[in-house]
Amino acid sequence: MLQPILFALLLLAAFGLFAWQVRKIRANILVGRDRDMSGHFGERLNKTLLVAFGQQKMFKRVTPAVLHLVVYVGFIVINIEVIEIIIDGLFGTHRFLSFLGPVYSALMAVNETLAALVIVAVAAFWWRRNHRPPVQRFTGVELRMWPKLDANIILYIEVALMAALFFMNSADIRLHQLEGKALPGAFPVSHFLANLLPATSVDTLEVLERAGWWIHITGILLFLNYLPSSKHFHILLAFPNVWYSRLVPQGQFSNVDSITHEVKAMMDPSYVVPAPATNPDGSALAPTPFGAKDVEDLPWTSLLNAYSCTECGRCTSVCPANLTGKLLSPRKIIMDTRDRVEEKYNSPLIFHPNVYGPEARHEPITDLANATLLRGKVTPEELWACTTCNACVESCPVNINPLESIIEMRRFLVLEESAAPNSLNVMFSNIENNGAPWAFSPSDRLNWADELYVAEKVTT
Amino acid sequence: MTPTSSPAAPAKRQLTVPTVADLAAEGKSPEILFWVGCAGAFDDRYKRVTRAFARILEHVGTNYAVLGLEESCTGDPAKRAGNEFLFQMQAMQNITTMNGYGIKKIVTACPHCFNTIKNEYPALGGEYEVIHHSTYLQQLINEGKVAVKGGESFKGRRITFHDSCYLGRANNIYEAPRDVLAALDADLVEMKRSRANGLCCGAGGAQMWKEPEPGKKDINIERTEEALATLGGAAAALDNLRGVETERPAPGQHPLQGSIIAVGCPFCMTMMSDGVKNKEQEGIVQVFDLAELVASAEGINA
Repeated sequence: MLQPILFALLLLAAFGLFAWQVRKIRANILVGRDRDMSGHFGERLNKTLLVAFGQQKMFKRVTPAVLHLVVYVGFIVINIEVIEIIIDGLFGTHRFLSFLGPVYSALMAVNETLAALVIVAVAAFWWRRNHRPPVQRFTGVELRMWPKLDANIILYIEVALMAALFFMNSADIRLHQLEGKALPGAFPVSHFLANLLPATSVDTLEVLERAGWWIHITGILLFLNYLPSSKHFHILLAFPNVWYSRLVPQGQFSNVDSITHEVKAMMDPSYVVPAPATNPDGSALAPTPFGAKDVEDLPWTSLLNAYSCTECGRCTSVCPANLTGKLLSPRKIIMDTRDRVEEKYNSPLIFHPNVYGPEARHEPITDLANATLLRGKVTPEELWACTTCNACVESCPVNINPLESIIEMRRFLVLEESAAPNSLNVMFSNIENNGAPWAFSPSDRLNWADELYVAEKVTT
Repeated sequence: MTPTSSPAAPAKRQLTVPTVADLAAEGKSPEILFWVGCAGAFDDRYKRVTRAFARILEHVGTNYAVLGLEESCTGDPAKRAGNEFLFQMQAMQNITTMNGYGIKKIVTACPHCFNTIKNEYPALGGEYEVIHHSTYLQQLINEGKVAVKGGESFKGRRITFHDSCYLGRANNIYEAPRDVLAALDADLVEMKRSRANGLCCGAGGAQMWKEPEPGKKDINIERTEEALATLGGAAAALDNLRGVETERPAPGQHPLQGSIIAVGCPFCMTMMSDGVKNKEQEGIVQVFDLAELVASAEGINA
């Protein structure tokens, strides 16, 4: 009777802690600016099924896609067993789902096969990250210290959880062998591992089986509460992130409505600018800046992006600026956004934000409290290196859009600080004065048509 | 190797490119507006593309016109650089002009103008059917209005197409330019990074007007190297086809002689041409826009 009570308490504590952490993350995401992402149910469902559930964009690179698919399917299928564990734990049953008979056997067999494959895949992942030199996209100024350690911790935990699963099943098999009973289910891996266990006493094996069971479920619950501090949170937020994807063509950038009103009023004096939004008590809201200086200036979808990022670096590996040695790394901007929102608002249990020095051409930051996302973490040099080519957006397996954050910060630099590179200011004044980004006279605009001939051709 | 007029068609006719204002004065309006764009109007190299495309429009008898002096920058470079205010000023001005003339349909040879007018003008009151000239050329070829015959033959010449970001990833147009090139009966080779994985030429996002940030290499050099390697690799592959009759270069001729990097964007044109010059290959490999290739193949240059 003690075990179910202990288990219920453990479960309650674990889910309570997790819910508390999720609330903090939700609050962090909602500090972002409003953006209406409602509607288009069918299209969003379709995207979510294809891109999130179907892993469609992962398959642009086959090797990591196959490895990831194994871990992803393993995660989903093994969770069915977690349901059984929870039921067993709460009600003191043993292998509750075994009433399913052959279905149960199949489930357990698939489970064990996947668990073995997960270990192989995780080993491959570990090798890709840690051999010398590692896969190129697992390097970079943003992927040192905590992010690097975090990636390895996830792999170690996954192996440990799979090992606990095998240990639990093997001990159970051995125990049943000793007792001369048949264990329901089929266990292609543990069947062999069981022979490695001592066949000494039923009591020892009972302890071993219980230990395996407790390690497995406690590990899962610990891992659950590790997620909010980790890039591994993507296993949950990838789904809402894909759901809230931008559905417009990638080349379409957002319009700034407040500017639209201003421009319309300039061109048409009779245009009535809508009254600015007010607080509930009728007082005027603090004016929001043009573009983004800090995390709360970004749309909430960009903050959701930051929490959905698993730091895989596909974006950075296809970025033309990054490929040619510029400072810009789209992944760094997404990671900086998460670090900054957690630094300024709610921090997770384990929090080691990236700190950059000369290697990322950062001035030493003395005033941490006022170190905003722009300049505090992301330098103008990074932002100005972007060609807006959308390669990062296209490459992201979970539809994160680093370009949108880059443009918002460029807007702040230009519209609030007039801090564009000088050559761009020249381009702006050319457009204002000549209607072209170059210094040509507008009266020469049709000169291309001078002395233009076409060969007469008898059309057949 | 410049596109030359077909020797079979010596008769030529001078074009008076119609402006929308001229047509309006006669109480008419064009079926389609040819949006020339700033590069198309002012950049010496891209003016040749504008002229080639105007020849095609004339040749097939399109009811078209240009805005001429009433056209102004779409605001794309300002918007990508973060100057939303200037962008919207430009957009409103152009929308007022076009709506005033009742423009319904627009064709342009610039993917940046295309993207901006198609995607970003509607929210500001400018709703038009906008097509890029690659799609337009594809339609002309499909409808048989352009036979891509009678002029220069591109048969067997190696062509690789460089995807423009604002046509490709930005608007998912990958096949139209390739269909146009396929009609030339040329030897099309694809770069490793093509279509959705295409590498930017380095000029988008207002980079055209500024020096690149410090780095190891310029983006256009990276891309040009890829294009040249692709064309060269295709040449080597042909050489290795023992016993197969291929159109080999004449003895002593450079294996890349006559190869073409095809583009569909004025900025890509500048960046790739500069890249080819940087690699000192400009006498061997040429950069052409789709419209130039079609006009040349059709034999309507004069």
